Amino acid sequence: MIEVQNLHKYFGELEVLKGIDATIEKGECVCVIGPSGGGKSTFLRCINLLEIPTKGDILIEGISAMQNLKQLDKLRQKVGMVFQQFNLFPHMTVLQNITLAPVRLKKLTKPEAADKAMELLNRVGLADKAGEYPNRLSGGQKQRVAIARALAMDPDVLLFDEPTSALDPEMVGEVLEVMKQLALNHATMVVVTHEMGFAREVGDRIFFIDGGIVSEQGTPADIFLHPQNPRTQEFLSKVL
Amino acid sequence: MDGLVGFFQNMVHSFSDAIFLSLIKEDRFQYLIQGLGMSLKLTLIAAVVGVILGLLLAVAKLQDVDNLTGNWFVVGLRRWLAGFANGYISVIRGTPAVVQLMIIYFVVFSRLLSNVPLLNMLSDWQIAGIAFGINSAAYVAEIIRAGIMAVDKGQTEAGRSLGLSGGATMLHIVIPQAVKNVLPALGNEFIVLLKETSVAGYIGIADLTKGAQSVGSITYDYMVPLLCAAFVYFLMTTVLSTGISKLERRLRRSD
Repeated sequence: MIEVQNLHKYFGELEVLKGIDATIEKGECVCVIGPSGGGKSTFLRCINLLEIPTKGDILIEGISAMQNLKQLDKLRQKVGMVFQQFNLFPHMTVLQNITLAPVRLKKLTKPEAADKAMELLNRVGLADKAGEYPNRLSGGQKQRVAIARALAMDPDVLLFDEPTSALDPEMVGEVLEVMKQLALNHATMVVVTHEMGFAREVGDRIFFIDGGIVSEQGTPADIFLHPQNPRTQEFLSKVL
Repeated sequence: MDGLVGFFQNMVHSFSDAIFLSLIKEDRFQYLIQGLGMSLKLTLIAAVVGVILGLLLAVAKLQDVDNLTGNWFVVGLRRWLAGFANGYISVIRGTPAVVQLMIIYFVVFSRLLSNVPLLNMLSDWQIAGIAFGINSAAYVAEIIRAGIMAVDKGQTEAGRSLGLSGGATMLHIVIPQAVKNVLPALGNEFIVLLKETSVAGYIGIADLTKGAQSVGSITYDYMVPLLCAAFVYFLMTTVLSTGISKLERRLRRSD
């Protein structure tokens, strides 16, 4: 589904990603953990090409991103993203937030998009908020709307960039629950997270990214119970 | 006691005499009324020219010149446009409006463009309006640029991550939010513009200030006409700023 080949990313002189190879299979939930500044977010942002790789390539359903830099908008339609800061559009209602892209990109007509948006809002438990503006919602509700907005484009894969890090503790659960339901329904997901409990319970595979490379990967059992790499062991001993 | 009453009576008399002399006799208030009409026309043209030109300059300047894609011609053109916008804004902001007005009127339109069809049909006040617009555009460009840059980068990223193009993201997501940031400063710019048109007399245009001056030069009494002109300017700017703050409050309803 998604193939990351020898991914390098420089910001000026600073090499943030130092050659990552990875494959994400259809229906799989990959959780990315690791210390801050290790390149997790950059890795994720390269997958939907918000950051253009300096070297290497991203293949989305076999289509090379680097050879189709002019069609990035098309590729991004297949890759949904949920941000740490939600990034809902404050000047639009919840419903308009969700319908904007499908209608503008001619995927759906207005009434179809509205129906679909209501269905998605039902799934995230916020159907009664369709007419509200984002500033009237709590953090957890905003993030659930953001998930619905990403889903409205029917993406092949959903990327989550620390989706619960900006939330008050009592709202983390509601967002993780929605994500868990998605995973159970075999949505393809890549989740950068500090929620080790979630990674362990929901993740099919765990990537440990540190120093710009995937220094260890495996099933949750491998990583959390028998980490091989000393850096992984050190990191886990601090966060668990 | 009598002296004091007499003093005030005298003052009232001389004041009403002055008003009669400056405003009523020979319909001299017409200088001010027509001057006001001219000032408003100049402001309107300048505002339209300023906003359109300012928007274009802002777009040119906002380009990320270090990360342009496309063929060499497009990249070169866009670099040149960004450079031009920078130069334009620096020059306009670094020189006085009166000097710009005189250069545009006496040099550009009266000499350089005097044989260009259509352009040589513009009347003096139209040229003055355009000149004020050319001046205002530099300030408007900076206002718009700041307003767009103040919109959180995450908004653009969210739009792009959904597959919207850069243009569509700008149009539907960034600009509607930037308008709210921009509106107070833009209103301020219109107020400045209205006051700035008071130098139109330098190229012989009979605006409000020039009208007041004309009355004064007829009656040898500048007090009443100048105070009237000041009062009218104040009234106009107050109306403008009230209107802007009302509009602003309506736009804020969604936050």
